[in-house]
Amino acid sequence: MSTDLLLAVSLADAWSWLIEPFQLGFMIRALWVSAFVGTVCAVLSCYITLKGWSLMGDAVSHAVVPGVVVAYALGLPFSVGAFVFGFGATVAIGYVKSQTRLKEDAVIGVIFTGFFAFGLVLATKIPSNIDLFHILFGNVLGISQQDIIQTVIAGVLTLAIILFRRKDLLLFCFDPNHAKAIGLNTQLMYYTLLGVLALTIVTALQTAGIVLVVAMLITPGATAYLLSDRFDQMLVISVTMSVLSCLLGTYTSYHLDASTGGCIVVLMTLFFTVAMLFGPKYGIVSQQLQRMARKRAAKDGAVI
Amino acid sequence: MAATTIRSKAANTYGIAVDNISVTYSNARLALYNASCYVEPGTITGLVGPNGGGKSTLFKSIMGFLSPSQGQVHIDGISIDKAQKQQLIAYVPQADEVDWNFPISVFDVVMMGRYGYMNMFRIPSRQDRRRVRESLERVGMSEFQNHQIGELSGGQKKRAFLARALAQEGKVMLLDEPFTGVDVKTEKSIITLLMQLRDEGHTILVSTHDLASISTFCDRVILLNQTILAAGTTEATFTPENLSMTFGGMPLNNLASSHLTRTVNQSPDEQTANQPGHSFIQPEKAESRSIDA
Repeated sequence: MSTDLLLAVSLADAWSWLIEPFQLGFMIRALWVSAFVGTVCAVLSCYITLKGWSLMGDAVSHAVVPGVVVAYALGLPFSVGAFVFGFGATVAIGYVKSQTRLKEDAVIGVIFTGFFAFGLVLATKIPSNIDLFHILFGNVLGISQQDIIQTVIAGVLTLAIILFRRKDLLLFCFDPNHAKAIGLNTQLMYYTLLGVLALTIVTALQTAGIVLVVAMLITPGATAYLLSDRFDQMLVISVTMSVLSCLLGTYTSYHLDASTGGCIVVLMTLFFTVAMLFGPKYGIVSQQLQRMARKRAAKDGAVI
Repeated sequence: MAATTIRSKAANTYGIAVDNISVTYSNARLALYNASCYVEPGTITGLVGPNGGGKSTLFKSIMGFLSPSQGQVHIDGISIDKAQKQQLIAYVPQADEVDWNFPISVFDVVMMGRYGYMNMFRIPSRQDRRRVRESLERVGMSEFQNHQIGELSGGQKKRAFLARALAQEGKVMLLDEPFTGVDVKTEKSIITLLMQLRDEGHTILVSTHDLASISTFCDRVILLNQTILAAGTTEATFTPENLSMTFGGMPLNNLASSHLTRTVNQSPDEQTANQPGHSFIQPEKAESRSIDA
């Protein structure tokens, strides 16, 4: 009887330990904000992966830093400054690339580190209460009401634009020449995609920080790409995997007392690794098994 | 030329006018200079030249994918931008320009040929779906419509993109190296389809370095190596002399004119000797010309 009681007590303990995060306001907030950010990033992630713009995501995320500081100094919302500088960096990259003989990766590398360094100088010279560590690595647990509002506005705007232009954007990723051949404005699509990229980074800035947002922008799409042959399928897998990682990562970070952004991205990377190894069609293990099966079949055939 | 334009309008066919274009790439390489030619409406015209001779550059200039440093291209007086908005020009890309791992089905690729007819949201109408099905049927790809594009063979890939061009219903079609990586049977069926399309009033420009098949289906030929060396009917232009000039890398300026003059002078005799009934082709042969001359 005493063992039953002990069991009941420990079960109750375990239960209250499990649900403890859900009784805290800031945790609830962090959970839904990170899930929302995860959704926005995952949707764009599919387009970015297919377009081959991963490095561009890296660039934009770093280039927003001076924007955040300038916005603070001028008393503007951080998202406005971040968007202007993030988008400005992509325009600068496009211009330098078209005017010089440099390859794109070199141009991207020069411009985004330049923007980033300029941001560092500004952040350390302009007196402000901006926490550089939060910009770099995110702070979803301590996110303020104001920041949530900006995150939601930027995220909803991103999703709306993508939903509105999704077919054209997909065509642009797949075959920009055909888009031009049927009279669509490819220049506009190019800047639309860069614009939503900058908006997405603004969305994720407070949650993941500029370093880890790169993972949230690339890993879900890359994982889904390994698992699907249709874009709609890819979108569903990407969002599911991203939201799961965000919820589980935020939750785990509470009990581990570890960096939230770090937990989210570690989980995403785990999902990616599993997909890479065990994906039914393109997984490394599955392909190895298929090869062995083919060999065996060939051997059997030879014997017969 | 004026007469041609009037005739083409009546038959609802369009020619491509390339007017003295030059293209220099950003690494300062001159890819094309002073190129002028007219792709006659309602013909299959072969664009022939060595690799690196500017075939793709000329295609890209016609499609507006790059802007020439000099000169202009138009579709019988309609600017390229306008022609594209009116869905006049369809483009079948080279195989290596396509990302075959892209998660998209054959049906969806062909449907992309219809986007120009749809509203902003690109929601296909019943007619769009019907056209896509008809186009797939016409190239014999209906049974593959739900395949991911990377699962197709070389010939099937080409037919899928041909179906997209058909779905677009462009009156002018540009095909960049359509026979590369394609088996003989598919090549024949593509040629048959192109000839049907020509008879329906399409203007077709095909770039190819497959010299063997040209005289079997091209009405006219444009020879290109850095500039237009010769243009005219296949009988008059696709001659051993002209080919050796195009592929032999001889100096362009003086040779082009002398060779062509001789070609034009010679060919009427050949023509009468071989095909006595076809004298009406002769006036066109006079157009066989060199831009440098």
